[in-house]
Amino acid sequence: MNAKEIRDRFPALQRSVHGRPWVYLDNAATSQRLQAVLDCWMEMNIQKNANIHRAVHTVAVEATEAFEFTRDFVASLLHASREEIVFTSGATASLNLVASCFGEAFIGEGDEILVSEAEHHSNLVPWQMLCARKKAVLKPVRIENSGALLPDTLEKCISERTKIVAISHISNVLGIINPVKDLVAVCHRKGIPVLVDGAQGMVHQAVDVADLDCDFYVFSGHKLFAATGTGVLYGKKKWLDRLPPYMGGGEMIETVRFSGTTYAAAPGRFEAGTQNIASIPTLVPALEFLHTVQQDAETVSEQQAITAYMLDALQSDERIRLYGVPRRTEEKIPLFSFTVTGAHHEDLALILDKMGIAVRSGQMCAEPLMDRFGVTGMLRASFAPYNTMEEAVYFMQSLNKAIKMLV
Amino acid sequence: MSSLEERKAAVLEEFSMYDEWLDKYEYLIELGKSLEAYPESEKTDDKMIKGCQSRVWLNHWMDGGKLYFGADSDAIITKGIISLLIRVYSGATPAEIAADDFAFIADLGLKENLSPTRANGLVSMMETIRKTAEGYE
Repeated sequence: MNAKEIRDRFPALQRSVHGRPWVYLDNAATSQRLQAVLDCWMEMNIQKNANIHRAVHTVAVEATEAFEFTRDFVASLLHASREEIVFTSGATASLNLVASCFGEAFIGEGDEILVSEAEHHSNLVPWQMLCARKKAVLKPVRIENSGALLPDTLEKCISERTKIVAISHISNVLGIINPVKDLVAVCHRKGIPVLVDGAQGMVHQAVDVADLDCDFYVFSGHKLFAATGTGVLYGKKKWLDRLPPYMGGGEMIETVRFSGTTYAAAPGRFEAGTQNIASIPTLVPALEFLHTVQQDAETVSEQQAITAYMLDALQSDERIRLYGVPRRTEEKIPLFSFTVTGAHHEDLALILDKMGIAVRSGQMCAEPLMDRFGVTGMLRASFAPYNTMEEAVYFMQSLNKAIKMLV
Repeated sequence: MSSLEERKAAVLEEFSMYDEWLDKYEYLIELGKSLEAYPESEKTDDKMIKGCQSRVWLNHWMDGGKLYFGADSDAIITKGIISLLIRVYSGATPAEIAADDFAFIADLGLKENLSPTRANGLVSMMETIRKTAEGYE
């Protein structure tokens, strides 16, 4: 498949902005929806709309099958078992669930939680809230100036009070693929569980949780072409079985009496209330497509060519400072955050918008990382497999014009 | 001395000369670059306006019963818009400002041309001007 064939499957990309074909380079914030995802969502609403897990009538059974098939599908893709897959509304919800439930069971006064400096607020604030409740301590792990998170650095931060380590697979700002397997191994040698925030990682890597050996892995559907309001929490069975429930309500119970309630086993224990029944099944066509694209030689080489072109173009311009500089191109996903001397990120984004280009500007939900690099914000261009080399070239030309206007 | 309404009309007429976004932005950038320097000592947190991607500082003082504003931003297009706001609202009485409909930015066509985040920042900027005026009434 080439990028143009892929584009045809995304109806939103047909639109224009300010009279120009829309160049959508804000994929790290959310991706566009795949046609097959929209079809699936419509089918769930029109043909299979009934509440799941409760009734015996035909449509309820069909809806339940679609929902539970999604669990099997996700489990098999991640190399996990089905009872290790919890559905949520997104990566943020998954992270809050773990912070809350793991914290309730295993965190006490004076305990330490480690996160990297490069975490998205979603993998930082829930832990901070937990620490405030439990009088625990949240400790940042330093990243290199290049953006790399080194196993040695992480190892040195671990103390006898460390109870869990939460790190991203790929930072939404730096776009560097972290050596997750090595990071997990370092923690496991000291008996400490690891949560991996895969909000960006799942989009750009074939994730095998058995191979990574991480204890938790979370991601969102909306960043990988599925419907919004869909998310996954993978948790090793040995952990999910030991975590208390998150929210109370329907589905998560075993028996309910006024004298006391017993709870269902995982994953049901963590899925209180009516789930996002029309949207969760869209994870199947979305992940199927993602898997195909990740295996497709032409797509992979086009993405690598875009990454190489962008790295070269941005790094050869002395006015531009790139954050997240890989040692080798293969360590970088096509996501580029940078600042321009003398030009504010917001001005650049406003001018690029007028040229039909959508990019992100600002702090990108990673204020501590902005502080780490001493900036008030950055500009970020993030690519998906439907973005073409022509778009990358048009982006660089437009960026140069915008800089000329401002500097 | 012109009235608030007269100054508004003058700015609107000037701005209407620019049809293309490129010209509008270049004009704003030019205005931003030539805005009177804002003292570093006044860049305090209590003078910073929330709601912008960029940082905006707004200062005010009274002179002869009229309000005057000084402002700055680290983003140049915002600074250009600020310069228009200052030109219109500086030198007005608190009563004049408090009675204003604050449709000026929308009338300029900037609210729809700028991103929602930016528009929100502008809205907070105008709210601050209005509240300041109400505080003196």
